[in-house]
Parts: sequence; C-alpha cells; structure tokens
Amino acid sequence: MTKELMKGNDAFAEAAVRAGVEGFFGYPITPASEFLEYMAKRMPELGRAFLQAESEIGAIHMVYGAACAGVRSLTATSGPGLSLMSEALSYIAGTEVPAVVVNVMRGGPGLGNIAPSQSDYNQMVKGGGHGDYFPIVLAPATVQEAIDHITLAFDLADKYRSLVFIAVDGNLGQMMEPAELPPMRVLPEEPPSWSVYGAKDREPNILTSIYIDPPDEEVTNIRLLRRWMEVEKNEIRYKEYELEDAEIAVISFGVAGRICSSALRTAREEGVKVGMIRPITLAPFPTEAIRELSKRVRRILVVEMNTGQMLNDVKQAVGGRVPIEFYGRIGGITPLPDEILEEIHRVNQNTEDIADGQEKVEWLERLEARIERGDQ
Amino acid sequence: METNIIVSGFGGQGTLFAGQVLAYAAMDAGKHVTWIPSYGPEMRGGTARCTVTISDESIGSPLTRNPAIVLAMNLPSLDMYEPLMMEGGLIIANSSLINREMEREDVRGYYIPAAEMAEAIGNPRLSNMVMVGALLEAEAVLPLEVVKNALGEHLPKRHHKTLPFNFKAMDDGAAFVRAAK
Repeated sequence: MTKELMKGNDAFAEAAVRAGVEGFFGYPITPASEFLEYMAKRMPELGRAFLQAESEIGAIHMVYGAACAGVRSLTATSGPGLSLMSEALSYIAGTEVPAVVVNVMRGGPGLGNIAPSQSDYNQMVKGGGHGDYFPIVLAPATVQEAIDHITLAFDLADKYRSLVFIAVDGNLGQMMEPAELPPMRVLPEEPPSWSVYGAKDREPNILTSIYIDPPDEEVTNIRLLRRWMEVEKNEIRYKEYELEDAEIAVISFGVAGRICSSALRTAREEGVKVGMIRPITLAPFPTEAIRELSKRVRRILVVEMNTGQMLNDVKQAVGGRVPIEFYGRIGGITPLPDEILEEIHRVNQNTEDIADGQEKVEWLERLEARIERGDQ
Repeated sequence: METNIIVSGFGGQGTLFAGQVLAYAAMDAGKHVTWIPSYGPEMRGGTARCTVTISDESIGSPLTRNPAIVLAMNLPSLDMYEPLMMEGGLIIANSSLINREMEREDVRGYYIPAAEMAEAIGNPRLSNMVMVGALLEAEAVLPLEVVKNALGEHLPKRHHKTLPFNFKAMDDGAAFVRAAK
C-alpha cells in the first residue's frame, strides 16, 4: 500500500468505511463536518446507510438502533453535539451494544468556538451521561494513528460490547498528513448472536437498558464493571519517549502530546534529561505505567489543551510521590513547541515542592503573564 | 532537517492550495510532511493561511511560532509574520498587494509582483503558483520539477487543462527570483 496525503476527517471516515461500517448517522458541526460530508458521498457508493439526521440526538439514536441490529455504526461530532448525545450514549452503554463515536474537540464551554481543544476529556473519560458506565477512550496524535484507532475502536467495541470514543481535536481533523489506509474488510455474513435481526425459528433476543427491578440492575452493573476490569487488564495503551534516563517526565495526550515531542527533541539537544508518556487510551488510563514512572523521575509536567482534566488522573497515579506541574492552553488555543520547551526548562530547574492545587495557581500566573505580553 | 513554511493571504488567493501542492510534492519526494490550515469561520476575503512542515524525521508539532519561510500574499500577512520570522528566514512578499519594505535585516526577502505576473499569463488566480515558483528558486526546499509533477499527479483531472498555465506561473516566479538574486 502506498501513502496518501489525506485530510484527517476524510481519512478517519474512509478508515471507518474500511473497518466495515454499515451505518453512518450524523449532523454537521465544525470541525468534524468533513467526516459527514465524506460519508454522504462514500456510503451510498457501497450501498451502505448514510443519513444526515435532524439533530445530534436523532443521529446517535440511529447509531443505537443500528448497533442493536448488529451492524457496525458510528457518528462523528464535536463537543456541543456530544453533549446533545449524552442521554443516548448512556442508553447504548446500558444496553451493552457496541458503538463508536468520533469527537473532534473544539473550544468550549457552551457554543464556544471552532478552534482545536481537548476540553472534553472529562465528558468522555468520566462518562458524560447518567449512571455507572465505562466507555473506552482512544486519543490518537497523528492521522495514521487515528486511522489505525478507527479499526481498533470497532474491534474493541465488538469484543466488549462497549461504547468507544475516539478523542481527536480540530487540529487532527483539519490537518493533512501522509497515511496508509487499511484494506477493505469483508463484511460479516451473520449478525452477532445477541443482536436483534428477526427471530424466525428461535427465541427473540431482547436488548434494553431498562431493569425496573433494582436487583436486576445491580447484576447488570456488576457485569458492566467486571467487563470494564477486563478492559483495564487487557487494553491499556501508551507510548513512551526517551524515558530510559529521564529525570523529568512530560505527560500529554493527542496533538498536545505530539507538540510536546517536538519540544522534547530540542530539550534533549540542549542537555535536559526529559522523556514523555503519551497515553493512547485515556480510558482505561495507564495508571500503573505512570505510577512506576513516578518512582524514577524527579518531577512531572502535565500538558493539556484544557484546564487540567487529565491532571487529576495523573495525580491519582502518582500519589504525591513527586511534584507535578501543569501547563495548558485553553479556549481553542494550541500551545506551540517553544512554550512547552520553556516549561520543560523551567520544570527542570525547579526543585521546590508544590502543594496540591498550587500547580494550577502558578500555571495561571504564567499563562496570564504570557497573555499580557501579547504572546499568543 | 525540518522546515516550516507558512502561506498566508486572503481567502480566494489560493494560499491553502499552494501549501497543499508543496505538501504533495514533499510526500512524493519521500519526506515527512504535515499541512495544517488555520481554519476559522472565514470566507472569501477573510484570512486564509496554512503551515507546511517538511522534515527528514517524523514530525512532532505541525505548528510553529517562528517560521523559516513565509509566502506573504498580502500586507496583513507580512505585518503578522515579519516579527515572528526565524533569524535568517525567508519572506516571499507579493508586492502587488504589499506597499512597504521589510524592516528586519536578519530576514531575507524577495518582492514579487505576483498578481501582475499572473494577469500577464492570463489568470489572476495563478499568483499563488508564481509565489511557489519564486520560493523554490529562492530556497532549495524541493526541486521545481518535483512540485510540477506533484501538481500534475494530484490536481483533479477536470483542471488538467490549466496545468501549462500553472507551470508557466511557477517558471515565471522562479525566473523573477533568479534575476533578482
């Protein structure tokens, strides 16, 4: 296979097609719209279902329905759309059907703006909808990784009958990068045995998220949690960068992570012993890897395009063993390598303890000083 | 070796496409490359810019604060990027729409009347390709032939009748810089 130069959203959509998606249902929203636009053209060519719904609420319920019928289906949206979908996402989780949602994150809260952001971390990782459920969240950093994650997402969704999010930001959705697409997967001949596709000559399957009798719901919740524990055991993924002799560790995900990798390269050239862990699964989170890392490094710098949402998960893993510092750009601003480099040097020279919570106070002071200087 | 190129101008000037042509050519030349637009709610007449990063190694950040090369298609682009240029960087300025000299002495610059040159070929929309030709002569980012081939390879078939004009625009841009060197 040769590499093609593809726009992120187009590449993700084609990857979904090749992963065997038989139903795409969506509603346009920047910076995810090209995904839907691509599917509008591509799915009918293959005789598969494409539908632009009346709203995100409609779209995700169609995904829910298609998933119950046993076909691979997905939608792509951005924060405001994902908020509208929250109710159905909980129903999908409660019904234990596989579904994939691509979230091309933009600046918020509210209508916010259409610039790249990572501020839906909590919304996806911590659930978003009501009730006890545990979605898998993948956070690719390159167009190629996102393509690979689309296939992975469907495989994980099927394996665990789980909801899987692919968390990308507007940068990745809009950028072009050479990437290789997977071969077209042959569609399964039979729907999964649990799905509802007509019950001629057999007992009907029932898919529901209603368990009126609390003991039934309790058993369901136990099943969901046990399944999640399996996911935690088997599916944690992360990427390490130059950690062998690192004294300072950066922890960052998605596009922020790849920007950090540029700063890391320069910092190494300048003699700083810095490495990085880039979580690929935000859920399940690489808690153990970060805990182990915290035994070997002096200090940790968490970098996100939000106000420190993953930071809380890092803190939990580190358990106060080493000081953790934070740097973020927010509201739709992407940090640039030079500001991360400055942070790495600062963190490398800092030997002071930091009280829990103080890292954010200090970060805000530095950020406001930067804004004051007009240094965007 | 990693080079960041920003192509910046008004919407409708073909800035995003000029960047894409460079990106395709870089890929065809076996380089690592990223192309990223500064996307916004703008339309024709608004700001349009993209960053192309070409590298021998895998690319971390697709964005930069201090570009090595800027194709400034209009005055606001020059105003914005001149102070940010990397020391020793290169600006190709579209002098058809830029009525001032550069202030920085540590940045190289060429002034190309890209719009007039494009008109002379018969299509004002070719000014982006004049700028690309000028860039390739001013700095050995990629061979001109590779970029021409990339344009032929990746331009949709329905536009192929415009290829000779695009090539002419690149050649003219390159010749202008060669004469000015």
